[in-house]
Amino acid sequence: MSKVIVVTSGKGGVGKTTSAAALGTALALRGKKTVIIDFDVGLRNLDLIMGCERRVVFDFINVINDGIRLNQALIKDKRVDNLSILPTSQTRDKDALSQEGVEKVIEELRKEFDYIICDSPAGIERGAYMALYHADEAIVVTNPEVSSVRDSDRILGILSSKSKRAEHGDEPVKTHLLLTRYDLDRVQRGEMLKLDDVLEILAIPVLGVIPQCGSVLQASNLGMPVVLDDKSKAGQAYKDAASRLLGDEVELRYVNPEKRGLVDWLFRRSA
Amino acid sequence: MKLSAAEEASKTGGGLPFQIRGSLQTLLSLKLLRPDDPAFFTALLEKVAHAPDFFRNAPIVLDGAAVKAKSPDCLAQIVERLKEHRLVPVGLQNGSAEWNEAAVALGLAIFGAGGASTAEPAAVGRSGSAAKAASALKPAGKVIREPVRGGQQVVAADGDLVVMAPVSAGAEVAAAGHIHVYAPLRGRAFAGMNGDETAMIFCEQLHAELLSIAGIHQVSEEIDTRLLGKRVRATLAGEGLKLEPLP
Repeated sequence: MSKVIVVTSGKGGVGKTTSAAALGTALALRGKKTVIIDFDVGLRNLDLIMGCERRVVFDFINVINDGIRLNQALIKDKRVDNLSILPTSQTRDKDALSQEGVEKVIEELRKEFDYIICDSPAGIERGAYMALYHADEAIVVTNPEVSSVRDSDRILGILSSKSKRAEHGDEPVKTHLLLTRYDLDRVQRGEMLKLDDVLEILAIPVLGVIPQCGSVLQASNLGMPVVLDDKSKAGQAYKDAASRLLGDEVELRYVNPEKRGLVDWLFRRSA
Repeated sequence: MKLSAAEEASKTGGGLPFQIRGSLQTLLSLKLLRPDDPAFFTALLEKVAHAPDFFRNAPIVLDGAAVKAKSPDCLAQIVERLKEHRLVPVGLQNGSAEWNEAAVALGLAIFGAGGASTAEPAAVGRSGSAAKAASALKPAGKVIREPVRGGQQVVAADGDLVVMAPVSAGAEVAAAGHIHVYAPLRGRAFAGMNGDETAMIFCEQLHAELLSIAGIHQVSEEIDTRLLGKRVRATLAGEGLKLEPLP
């Protein structure tokens, strides 16, 4: 049975697209047929992060408004089997997302894919509503700082009142916390919120904690989802999160200080 | 020992010799259908005779919805005769500009477009008891089991509000009666929103942005820091809120 999962946050710049790309790729690596849809009409980035920007001919908006078939717009990833991307338009705006159009596309994708990942734009306007409306589950991407936590709280309220499931009185959207840019050193110095602080306020189960890691930016610049970088801690953490999404029990990593060896200590001193 | 007025004022903490507060009253409204009917007052007095205590000195809002196209010439006489029969006309609602002007000249207040109250005059008879029966079946108050997130509002328009999950910063909970939050209260809480001064707020963990009872409020900054995170009860005491830890 297919699942529609929205990756959302309220606040911008917290890592929604990076997370959608990484989790989608990790699910596909586990053998699940997965598609990632870019809902950020007019500010499209998913194709860049996925490294397929030079293969876009038709997009999500063409499918909704211009009678283009879904298969003409879907881009199959060249590195990972089972993974497709539905890019969005850079020239249109969020008004191009009609309720019926989005519904039709989602229903068609449900027939073909196991996981439909909706990469939401920031904010709580039309684009964000459209991205979360059909969700069965939601991954709320949050940074360990107060404004991001507050915006996540707001989005959780919208999920529980404005989603299709809420409107139809079905079982509520299952929500997950994905804490990104978690810098353990800064957390320990009290400059960032601890995981527990965030959990106390948001009161939803944690799907994963992604450590602050230079490999994320590097992967973005290369157009490669960070889970394909075997050496990246963030990539490992995203793989763990995808496993938990599939129901595996995986212990949280990178949330407690590692015991450092002398060499590591010296290296950090000189860094 | 007698205190002077000024000392009295400083004792109660207020600088002004009065206090202005919003309050919500239920008023009778008298909808004028055929005010020039010669039997108007005979019929009205018959109604009044059924419950003389209820009507004695009762404030009455005149409703001009049905007659505003006509001339308001009869208004002065109606006001006069109502007073004679110990009814107190206090204002006019749903009048035209002409009717409003006539009302002001007679010392009446003008009420904004009455929502629910416009339906009330008809409710004296059979439909009145039907409405009462319906409200008896409806449970007073509300119980919320899901978190109230920032930006959300939950209102128990009559009765108490019980919230069994956290109320986030930026969320608002309001009730005509008491508010109970069996989890952290981080948002705003308005108990006794219709003016009930005996309403109280109870919470499991106090981190509220604002507490208000019957329109008297206290913001987070004014809350004794020793009470933060504690189980607390808030009550209205004179001019301000009294917060005390729960056992």
